Amino acid sequence: MIDKTVESLEQAVAGIHDGATIMIGGFGNAGMPSALINALIAQGARDLTIVNNNAGNGETGLAALLKTGRVKKIICSFPRQTDSQIFDALYRAGKIELELTPQGNLAERIRAAGAGIGGFFSPTGYGTMLAEGKETRLIDGRHYVLESPIHADFALIKALRGDRWGNLVYRKTARNFGPIMAMAAKCTIAQVSEVVELGQLDPEVIVTPGIFVQRVVQAGVETNIQEAA
Amino acid sequence: MSRYTREQMAARVARDIPEGAYVNLGIGLPTKVANYLPADKEIFLQSENGLLGMGPAPAAGEEDEDLINAGKQPVTLLTGGAYFHHADSFAMMRGGHLDICVLGAFQVSAEGDLANWHTGAPDAIPAVGGAMDLAIGAKQVFVMMEHQTKNGESKIVGQCSYPLTGIGCVNRIYTDLAVIDVTAQGLQVLEIVEGLSFDELQKLTGAPLLPAA
Repeated sequence: MIDKTVESLEQAVAGIHDGATIMIGGFGNAGMPSALINALIAQGARDLTIVNNNAGNGETGLAALLKTGRVKKIICSFPRQTDSQIFDALYRAGKIELELTPQGNLAERIRAAGAGIGGFFSPTGYGTMLAEGKETRLIDGRHYVLESPIHADFALIKALRGDRWGNLVYRKTARNFGPIMAMAAKCTIAQVSEVVELGQLDPEVIVTPGIFVQRVVQAGVETNIQEAA
Repeated sequence: MSRYTREQMAARVARDIPEGAYVNLGIGLPTKVANYLPADKEIFLQSENGLLGMGPAPAAGEEDEDLINAGKQPVTLLTGGAYFHHADSFAMMRGGHLDICVLGAFQVSAEGDLANWHTGAPDAIPAVGGAMDLAIGAKQVFVMMEHQTKNGESKIVGQCSYPLTGIGCVNRIYTDLAVIDVTAQGLQVLEIVEGLSFDELQKLTGAPLLPAA
């Protein structure tokens, strides 16, 4: 019998090594796997490269991980926000490296890694400072920039429900980067609000098939769970 | 000199959005356009974080942290709306499926270059988000901005001095003084705020204008 569920958050993040590249789902706080991030902080891995759309909000979740000083680099599209004070201070102190990527290129680079694509030509960013030094090509009269895939050792994502084979469904706009990050990491760890029996997720609406997921851990039942589809 | 208010600018942009259009409204001033879309027409608002058919802000107490817009504010989903992941969301932009996006700007050049993500200040922390994808993706890119900076400098310029978001991507500019199309012939004035002459508008604008027909 295959059972990808693990009993504890500690087990869920076991084996995350120093120097790992870790994708973390979420757009701001929607879809951020806070329980897994807290477990990672307790686990202690360092010299991490983090991939997320943002660079932490407030003092919790990703911001709390940055505050530990264990993140050497972040790949993201929108680090600067009104409540990104922890990242801002690290960046200004030269204590964190930033790779800034337009959001759609970030998403497609993650998807490309998961889909086995070695690179792709994107029109986004052509002629801007974010394309400086990159190979360009004129295709059918339009300019494109060569973008590379982003692979990860681990992905930490949040879903609404999962089963023991790792099939996942998400909730509203908390889906965001979860499905593509699950594809792009060697080991995807999903924090779910509810673990359900095999067969309880309608195969027509499973968003992430279990092949992309290695570990599932239940972490708290969300208050709005009853009304979610 | 009279100027269009921000509300009037939003209402003016909304008039140019037809029923059935798939539209992305940028963060800030463009968000106001949603308040002026006619209730009797079906217009599809897209949000970059995976939402099509976005509705207005929820009533107090009805907020859901899993249902937010690109500005991370709580929103609602209209009946018939859909959720999708980030790669699909940006495929909608890059793939040319959106009819219109409305963006704010620091500067627009005479040739439709857009600068709206970075002031270029050496101590600024850069953040681009979806701006570059939107700028090059939608079939039509509308810019909403004040005609001049607080210091009285024209935001319509010969060449952008701020770092670019996209090249030749802007189709129409809505300012507090005028509505201007970016055309192959140049910047074509469509409308001017009441009481301002074309020559006066030209003096306040950092690139040559073509008078309204």
